[in-house]
Amino acid sequence: MAERYYTETHEWVTVQDSLATLGITDYAQAQLGDVVFLELPRVGKLLEAGDSFGVVESVKAASDLYSPVAGTVTEVNESLNVTPELVNRDPYGEGWLIKVHLNGDLGEGLLDEMGYKALTEGQTH
Amino acid sequence: MPYLVHAADDREQMLDALGVRSVDDLLVDIPASIRTHELDLPEGLSEQETMRCVRELAGRNRVFEDRLWFRGGGVYRRFIPAAVAAVTSKPEFYTAYTPYQPEASQGTLQAIFEFQTLIAELTGMDVANASLYDGATALAEAAMMAVVDTGRQKVVVAGHLHPEYVEVLRCFADGRGFDVRVGVEHVATDTAAVLFQQPNFLGLFEDASGLTELAHRSGALSVATVDPISLGLIAPPGEYDADIAVGEGQQLGLPPSFGGPHVGFIACRRDLMRRLPGRLVGSTVDASGRRGFVLTLTAREQHIRRAKATSNICTNHSLCALAASVYLTYMGPEGLRQIADVSYQRAHVLAEQLSAIPGVELAFPDRQFLNEFPVRMFHVEQSLTRLRDAGILGGLPVGRWYPELDGVVVFCCTEVNDPDAIQTLVGVLSESGVAAQVPTTSGRSSEGGQGGQG
Repeated sequence: MAERYYTETHEWVTVQDSLATLGITDYAQAQLGDVVFLELPRVGKLLEAGDSFGVVESVKAASDLYSPVAGTVTEVNESLNVTPELVNRDPYGEGWLIKVHLNGDLGEGLLDEMGYKALTEGQTH
Repeated sequence: MPYLVHAADDREQMLDALGVRSVDDLLVDIPASIRTHELDLPEGLSEQETMRCVRELAGRNRVFEDRLWFRGGGVYRRFIPAAVAAVTSKPEFYTAYTPYQPEASQGTLQAIFEFQTLIAELTGMDVANASLYDGATALAEAAMMAVVDTGRQKVVVAGHLHPEYVEVLRCFADGRGFDVRVGVEHVATDTAAVLFQQPNFLGLFEDASGLTELAHRSGALSVATVDPISLGLIAPPGEYDADIAVGEGQQLGLPPSFGGPHVGFIACRRDLMRRLPGRLVGSTVDASGRRGFVLTLTAREQHIRRAKATSNICTNHSLCALAASVYLTYMGPEGLRQIADVSYQRAHVLAEQLSAIPGVELAFPDRQFLNEFPVRMFHVEQSLTRLRDAGILGGLPVGRWYPELDGVVVFCCTEVNDPDAIQTLVGVLSESGVAAQVPTTSGRSSEGGQGGQG
């Protein structure tokens, strides 16, 4: 399985054959609480690294989602329209958000497992 | 009873606690040169004196009798049943502010919910909000929804959309950084929305289905500005697949009152629901399973998204919306159809008689209209003055917005313009003969030969 990278804004990304899968982290879903709605881009949308590609709305908050990669959205997780709670239940699996055909390499500034763990532990109070 | 809530000793106590001697001591940072110490105001008046003064001022207004008012252009004279004021003047509703706490305000919330339901049914859309200020801001809000939803930065105004609505739209667009283009030829793959009015500002029917298809072919949203009374007769926006329907609800039980307060409405397809601006009331059940009403979906827009929200409008015109709800409920679908039909019939009688006057002709004889229509005539100002002297408010000259329509006047009929009123208007215009006198200096005299056509 491809290695998972993380962002400081709590998204994750895995890459296989220049196809990136994006989601939000287990830490993020736990902090947000019950996810009730996701606003995701249309297939075909062009993203630059750092672009906001949607909004995750929970009972507590509505937060922007930022893409760590540049490319074209090729697939959106349609099952989240009906069951947004998949993001809580299985953030790294069935709760994935979008797939992006990469335009070039992964951007800089991504964290690995260790780096992200350090980040979230720093933020836990 | 004092108007100021703090008595002298309250103020003393507060000053003591602050350790200052007078309120003026709190203002020492403001230079004395720019402070006003005395207001040059006359002595107060008794209630009786005030009433006399206000009555004298009001007497200076020129008030046209309802039935002799033939001007529309966005604000209309319509009959308002007494039932409307009977409900809106109830003190539970007639407050200075709209309380939203579900524990305390079930009546207010239910009234808003009813308004939303009525508007959604009337427009044929899935969901409507608690109301907006007026038709113009409703249009601007719809444009912002489209810009956010499509991620595109350009909206296109098609046909004759109320020019003052377009001005308000431009004002919003300027602040939000998107472009407003006028003319259907600008529709392209970077268009967020095609905005049109049905019937349009001149009263003529637009090809609403065609414009909606055009919008959808470019991946844009179709935004229809509609006349709510007209929907008693013509297809609602939901029927021709518009994405957002907006409009001005003044005709639904509100007097013109110098242009406001009126009430805007906005309704949309279900999948755009989370983009709807302002307040939205939902129906739910409480812990004991009883039906209740609460604000819904608002936290996201106003309380959390803030600067990133589609809109930051946080208010609505609840009392005006209530008037509209009472009006629509009182009239019912059949009543609304009759009102629209009578208005249609009378406008067509008026159009026929006006265009029989030499020098007056329908400006667009091939176009269909509902209850407002443009005629071309000479001596517009003189004709309107002649009418005014006879106690009649004539049509609206539209040349000031559209140079190519100089000499065009839009006349309007509603159910208040009875057949006698129509005869009076036509009589004054024909007898005066002003319309027929071909101007001697203007280049337009070449068009004189077309008089009476139509």
